[in-house]
Amino acid sequence: MSLPFIVFFICALVAVGGALMLILAREPIHSALSLVLVMISLAVLYLLLGAEFIAAVQIIVYAGAIMVLFVFVIMLLNAGIEERTDYSKLAKYAGLPLGMFLLLELAHWMAHSAVGATIANGSEAANTAASTRELSTQLFQKYLFPFEATSILILIAILGALVLAKKDE
Amino acid sequence: MDFVAQHPVLVVSLVKIVILLFLILTTLAYLTWFERKVVAHIQSRWGPYYVGAHGLLQPLADGLKFLFKEDLTPPGADKFVYILAPFLALSLALTTLALIPFGPPGVQVLGQSTLIVANVDIGLMFVFAITSMGVYGVALAGWSSNSKYPLLGGLRSSAQMISYEVSLTLSVVGVVLLAGTLNFNEMIEGQRGYYWHLIPRWHIIPQIIGFLCYFTAAIAETNRVPFDLPEAETELVAGFHTEYSSFKFAMFFMAEYANMLTVACLATILFLGGWLSPFPDSWTFLQYLPAVGLLGLAIYLWYDTVMLARGIARVQLVVISTGATVIGLACLHPVVMSVIQGPFWFLLKVGLLMFFYVWTRGTLPRFRYDQLMSFGWKFLLPVSLANLVVTALVKVWPLLVNHG
Repeated sequence: MSLPFIVFFICALVAVGGALMLILAREPIHSALSLVLVMISLAVLYLLLGAEFIAAVQIIVYAGAIMVLFVFVIMLLNAGIEERTDYSKLAKYAGLPLGMFLLLELAHWMAHSAVGATIANGSEAANTAASTRELSTQLFQKYLFPFEATSILILIAILGALVLAKKDE
Repeated sequence: MDFVAQHPVLVVSLVKIVILLFLILTTLAYLTWFERKVVAHIQSRWGPYYVGAHGLLQPLADGLKFLFKEDLTPPGADKFVYILAPFLALSLALTTLALIPFGPPGVQVLGQSTLIVANVDIGLMFVFAITSMGVYGVALAGWSSNSKYPLLGGLRSSAQMISYEVSLTLSVVGVVLLAGTLNFNEMIEGQRGYYWHLIPRWHIIPQIIGFLCYFTAAIAETNRVPFDLPEAETELVAGFHTEYSSFKFAMFFMAEYANMLTVACLATILFLGGWLSPFPDSWTFLQYLPAVGLLGLAIYLWYDTVMLARGIARVQLVVISTGATVIGLACLHPVVMSVIQGPFWFLLKVGLLMFFYVWTRGTLPRFRYDQLMSFGWKFLLPVSLANLVVTALVKVWPLLVNHG
């Protein structure tokens, strides 16, 4: 067993465990913290694939900015412990089989595709993964239009939020 | 020995981490002494004086006091998060120091450079990734205490840290544009050279606005005076750590000092040429500066020992002055002298910035909360944005002219 393999399994388990905690925890802050845990273990998985830049951005944007705002809002609203309801019948009889089916489909796809093999051999992928310099060259030359279009989209979303939040005078 | 030969990276890194942790934790303890002394002298007081000579054993006494105090947990507190918060704060603050190069990469043992724990290709990004998580320690401490003042302090500090993080990051991007890299060692190498053979080619000269923005935002980010609203004692008792006692409180305290240290190290690397000397290489006599400085200190301490000190303080001073003499003499040895140059200049610059930090605390009053917010968003952010745009234009200008 190689070291990256062991690290992969630890992080994968932590990610799945965090995701389960996110749903099962009754205290909203605990759910948010579990999500942070998932984000961080995903960042470590990116590192295993040799994508340093993506890993750092994953932590800065998701764990460092978005989830901090989540925690901030939960603290501000002083949200109490969730109340449990009787789970809906639909979830039990339709959701569970469908979820299982999706899981099987993903597993099947992973086992039979090239991407699955690449993820499994993390160390090989690390050699081919782009450095920060190559990544930015690609982003600002080949994919310049989609990149700028996305940034305008985000700007519009921010302006929209401002307009909605502004009180009528 | 087989294991060492097979995994030199792992073993050398572990040794480096242990040594660095020991040094950093000692430094953190003595930074409290330094701050109390400097602030005291600003306010015409003596500061720590009675425990050891010059109060030098005060940090030790404080540490013991923290260890033996009762560790209280307020009723109704969220136990897990309450305990997690100080650990998060301290461990994140200490992790960043692993990425700081304290000297040139040339100094090597077993093929690994010794003066940096992890020479990451995108060092700056990782420092920001780790420091951006620092908010959790403060916010969660405020929330989990199940008490009103800590909650208010935690909310305030989250808002403040989120706001100033934007300006902090933006003010640094100008330097990244000039350096063309995110690796700390390459950034420092890029600042080698001199204008007119005299003034060092450091980023602070073209990026003076960036430096001022960075340092202001950094003071706010580390919750220090004049931006220490999260723990404004006149309004919030002690802010987010009101309910913490014993060593958990000490951990927040250490985290704050570790963050200050990180910020000062980062400013040194980005703007002040890191481990490069500020004087031209032709001035070779400056190599003796570390030795001369230490021996000068030793002479003063010996004088102190003979003339002023009494009792246990005298024993302590003998130990310290012997240490200073031995290290000072060792710095005269050619090998040690060449190794010590980088760390000497680096630590000198960091020390100056730390003094600046404490000086600010001794001089300025606290901001009001709305002043803080409007300063951050309406002044600091536009200025650092403008700085970034101008830097980018200057950088791209030759390309534009050549194409046209």
